[in-house]
Amino acid sequence: MQFLSYLARGISLGSVYALIALGYTMVYGIAKMLNFAHGDVIMVGGYVVFFTFCKGGIHPVLAIIIAMGACTLLGITIERVAYRPLRGASSLSVLITAIGVSYFLQNGAMLLWKSDPKSFTSVVKLKPLVLFGGQLQISAESIVTILVSVVIMIVLIWFVQYTKPGHAMQAVSEDRGAAQLMGINVNGIISMTFAIGSALAAVAGALLLSSYPTLIPTTGAMPGIKAFVAAVFGGIGSIPGAFLGGILLGIIENLSKAYISTQLSDAVVFLVLIVVLLVKPTGLLGRKTTVKV
Amino acid sequence: MGELLRVEGVNVYYGSIHAIKDVSFHVDEGEIVTMIGANGAGKTTTMHAISGLLKIASGTISYDGKMISRIEPHKIVSLGLAQCPEGRRVFSGLTVHENLEMGAYSRKDGKDAIQDDFDLVFDLLPRLKERRNQSAGTLSGGEQQMLAIGRALMCKPKMLLLDEPSMGLSPLLVKEIFHIIEDVNKKSGVTVLLVEQNAKMALNIADRGYVLETGNIIMEGKASELADNPEVKRAYLGAK
Repeated sequence: MQFLSYLARGISLGSVYALIALGYTMVYGIAKMLNFAHGDVIMVGGYVVFFTFCKGGIHPVLAIIIAMGACTLLGITIERVAYRPLRGASSLSVLITAIGVSYFLQNGAMLLWKSDPKSFTSVVKLKPLVLFGGQLQISAESIVTILVSVVIMIVLIWFVQYTKPGHAMQAVSEDRGAAQLMGINVNGIISMTFAIGSALAAVAGALLLSSYPTLIPTTGAMPGIKAFVAAVFGGIGSIPGAFLGGILLGIIENLSKAYISTQLSDAVVFLVLIVVLLVKPTGLLGRKTTVKV
Repeated sequence: MGELLRVEGVNVYYGSIHAIKDVSFHVDEGEIVTMIGANGAGKTTTMHAISGLLKIASGTISYDGKMISRIEPHKIVSLGLAQCPEGRRVFSGLTVHENLEMGAYSRKDGKDAIQDDFDLVFDLLPRLKERRNQSAGTLSGGEQQMLAIGRALMCKPKMLLLDEPSMGLSPLLVKEIFHIIEDVNKKSGVTVLLVEQNAKMALNIADRGYVLETGNIIMEGKASELADNPEVKRAYLGAK
């Protein structure tokens, strides 16, 4: 019973990682860059929900929608201001810029909202699920988080596979130059990708803070890095891969917390990543791509 | 027949390498113009410069009376100047039908007009119709080349840039592809700028030609005259 409870918490945490990892992996697939500021967008989303819902008292769904809007705007702005001028620059310059944006967001949040921890109230107002006559209790937050992530992933896969903008995203991801020659506005597609990823980050922020209710300006940093690991783990660039990687990572983290050591759980997570990369460098669902010269 | 494309004194550099040097040429409406030259002569560079994928250092490119040398690539396409790139570069993860749809991605002339062009492309390239739901990565080289041409035609171009359409194809398929190019020009009235290493075939269907050597245009003239030119014969047509 104990095990099932750990497992459920693990899947729930993993669903949050999956949501964040989706943003990482889509941006990587389309813009061919690692947006290390992605985790901090979660934090901003968290603050927006905190001020509108926890403090302002508006309906939680409305608060999340506002946060999604704010993060979408933030994501598009970051791309426009920080990354677009570097199109064609070396990937190292872009990477360093992304780290810079991450620090900028963290310190900006500290300046605006101070560094004292804010205590977040859960956006989920449902009773926990009680199974086996009270032996197993799964929090409503966990269930909602899992359901929301699954629905989002299905919608996202449908969008990429069956809609015209989705096809354009695939085209840009596969061959940016050829996509431009077909009249596809590549900058527009990249903006759209940042918008989607950032909106998902806002949802992830609200769900994450509902289960782990301490909000500080660096709240997004660690989940951001873990989600990046999840994306690489699952095969960066692959949407189902990001989802699978996220869920597995959450499970591994929670089970090692329970059975190995609370302090060492992060180490175990990264150890797993190293092992996976040694055995299968493209990640679990990653495709091997040959770079044409 | 008016002038459709004019390239005037264009220079392009890759870092310190001067890839095309003061290149000037023009294409009139309705023509097939070919640019022949060896590997590394600057043919693809010229094509990329026209389509806006490469920044030109100096010179001007005008199309249909508009300066296009500083416009983004996707806007050049919407002006009616499309390119079928070297090496086909079809989107292998998408189906044939979806690839063609991508060609029409930014068109704003409505579903009916796009459907008409689907019919036109399938009429011109019936093999694509048979394989419309197959993923493009599973097509043979010749079929991929047909798809690349069809995809570019879905942009509804007034002028089509074709970069090495014969590359890597068997002689029989090369004939078929050149036949298709003639059809595109004669039946659909699309002006064609054809870059080729297969000079014999290219001069055979073209009205005029330019010879590009290490970034310079060294010769120009009617295709038939170029084909008879002893220097062209020796260097590009394999005559002794």
